[in-house]
Amino acid sequence: MITPHLPILEVVLPLVSAPICLILRSAVVAWWMAVALTWAAFAGALMLLGEVLNAGPITYALGGWAAPWGIEYRIDLLSAFVLVTVTAIGSLAILFARAPVAREIPADRVYLFYVMYLLSFTGLLGIAVTGDAFNLFVFLEITSLSAYVLISLGSDRRALTAAFRYLIMGTIGATFYIIGVGMMYMMTGTLNMADLAARLPGVLHLRTIDMALAFITVGLSLKLAVFPLHFWLPNAYTHAPSAVSVFLAATSTKIAAYALIRIIYTVFGGPAVFAPMPIDEMLLGFGMLSMIAASLVAMFQDNMKRLLAYSSISQIGYMVVGLSLGNVEGLAASIVHIFNHAMMKALLFMAVGCVFYRVGSVRLADIAGFARRMPITGAALLVGGFSLIGTPLSIGFVTKWFLLEGALEKGWWPVAAIVILSGLLALVYVWRIVEAAYFRAPAPAVEGIREAPAIMLAPLLILAAINIFFGIDGTLTGDLSIAAAQALVGTSP
Amino acid sequence: MNRFAILRVVAKLLIPAIMLFALYVQFHGDFGPGGGFQAGVIFASAFILYALLFGVVTARKVAPPRLINTTLALGVLVYAGTGFAALLRGGQYLDYSVLAHDAVHGQHLGISLIEFGVFMTVSSAMITIFFVFAGQDVDEGQD
Repeated sequence: MITPHLPILEVVLPLVSAPICLILRSAVVAWWMAVALTWAAFAGALMLLGEVLNAGPITYALGGWAAPWGIEYRIDLLSAFVLVTVTAIGSLAILFARAPVAREIPADRVYLFYVMYLLSFTGLLGIAVTGDAFNLFVFLEITSLSAYVLISLGSDRRALTAAFRYLIMGTIGATFYIIGVGMMYMMTGTLNMADLAARLPGVLHLRTIDMALAFITVGLSLKLAVFPLHFWLPNAYTHAPSAVSVFLAATSTKIAAYALIRIIYTVFGGPAVFAPMPIDEMLLGFGMLSMIAASLVAMFQDNMKRLLAYSSISQIGYMVVGLSLGNVEGLAASIVHIFNHAMMKALLFMAVGCVFYRVGSVRLADIAGFARRMPITGAALLVGGFSLIGTPLSIGFVTKWFLLEGALEKGWWPVAAIVILSGLLALVYVWRIVEAAYFRAPAPAVEGIREAPAIMLAPLLILAAINIFFGIDGTLTGDLSIAAAQALVGTSP
Repeated sequence: MNRFAILRVVAKLLIPAIMLFALYVQFHGDFGPGGGFQAGVIFASAFILYALLFGVVTARKVAPPRLINTTLALGVLVYAGTGFAALLRGGQYLDYSVLAHDAVHGQHLGISLIEFGVFMTVSSAMITIFFVFAGQDVDEGQD
């Protein structure tokens, strides 16, 4: 009886476990519960992916109310793919979280950390499964509000201002999104995505719909941290607790990219229909700006977490450029990069978290030469660095390959050149970390440190293995994203 | 606060009436305007009035943060639990029709239950927000 209800259980089980953890007030119970729930959600996501591959999209009507009236959960290939990505990260990050959380967060608040983690996880899963534009807003808020709390738990007092800034920018983003949804509702009278897709072509020429699309794109771009709207991100990732950086850097912007793809392709039927407002060209421009500008800033950072945060903004550029190309290869690049970037950033932030756990600093000067004392962490950092650059046999290369194919299919050589240039800039900032880790004389703080504890190394190694495996054989993730992209582009009129 | 005898007496008369009105709004919710959210806010306003007149410390004794935190979480569980009850009785999640012997009674029961969950969570959240703002100088750092 469980299988037909999987879409709802996927969301509701973590949601229910959060208040239970709040009542029990025990950090140990909360951690075990979070581990059990995230791994169960991962298993459920794999089952859903298998079912979607076998039998096509799954729908679930909440409360038994049929689709355009009630809330509908709809899982197609893209949702299932994102669901697997998010649950994989969630279940690995929770294993990693235990040791650093116990050290970085006051003991009486540790159980609250896990409550917030579960709520944020719920929101991410909800965004992936829902087929309702308003419901997506609710889950966006659940995941963002708990993310603000998670960031503010950082031991550094600057975490509070970082969280507050994220709160302001995130709330503006969510408000813009809901204004856009309200305008679409005004013109079509529906909130269901499939129903919206059917009704929108009749009103596409109206100014209100142009405004709706503009508001939604800007709102989601804020959550996505596309170049001029990225100001909240570096501080939030830098000052958050290590485990939170891992979890949020790998999921929160990725789910916003998913939401943007969902709205532009499923609801509006692809960017090509916007002759009066060339939103695809705008996104292309800002995506390329993100790639270059953020990489340039990343090159000059001395704080590893901040460096990785800026590199995230640059990597977000790949996703935005991919989805703005409007062809199957470009969209497939965006989709596969949701997975690839989640895996490489989780790996890198975990490695940095391990270093912080032992050395107590993330400044390049303080961690110089750590890789000789922590060879496994150093090697993992190297694997993640290669993925970030996009060298062949790394998962970053899979994305670049699709992206170049998509750009060249349209004959846009400058875009291809920018993608390659961005990879070269990544080489520069990754080299700074590698140089500090391997080639510099050990800093005083590094003397006498040991390798990170096994419970932190286990998820690190799993992620490194994922990075290597899907880099060497990208056919599984590549074929899945091409199939998902074909389904999305195929629906466009 | 001893000087304001009239305020205190009137408040003592009003607080039970406010609570009763909250319950009226609560149970009226499934027939007309009203429901758990509004009822929760009204119910919490009774506590807030009490705290304004008799002090936050006294009010905290009536509604200890530990208890309020628990009801805050329990409300969500009541809501979600209603959904699970529907699942176990063979319906979709939150499909109230299967909760009782016929669909109309089921819908009635289901809405009453989830509205009760909303009531618990909203009133607890309101009280918590008030206590946090009002009690900042009293005992910072406590729940």
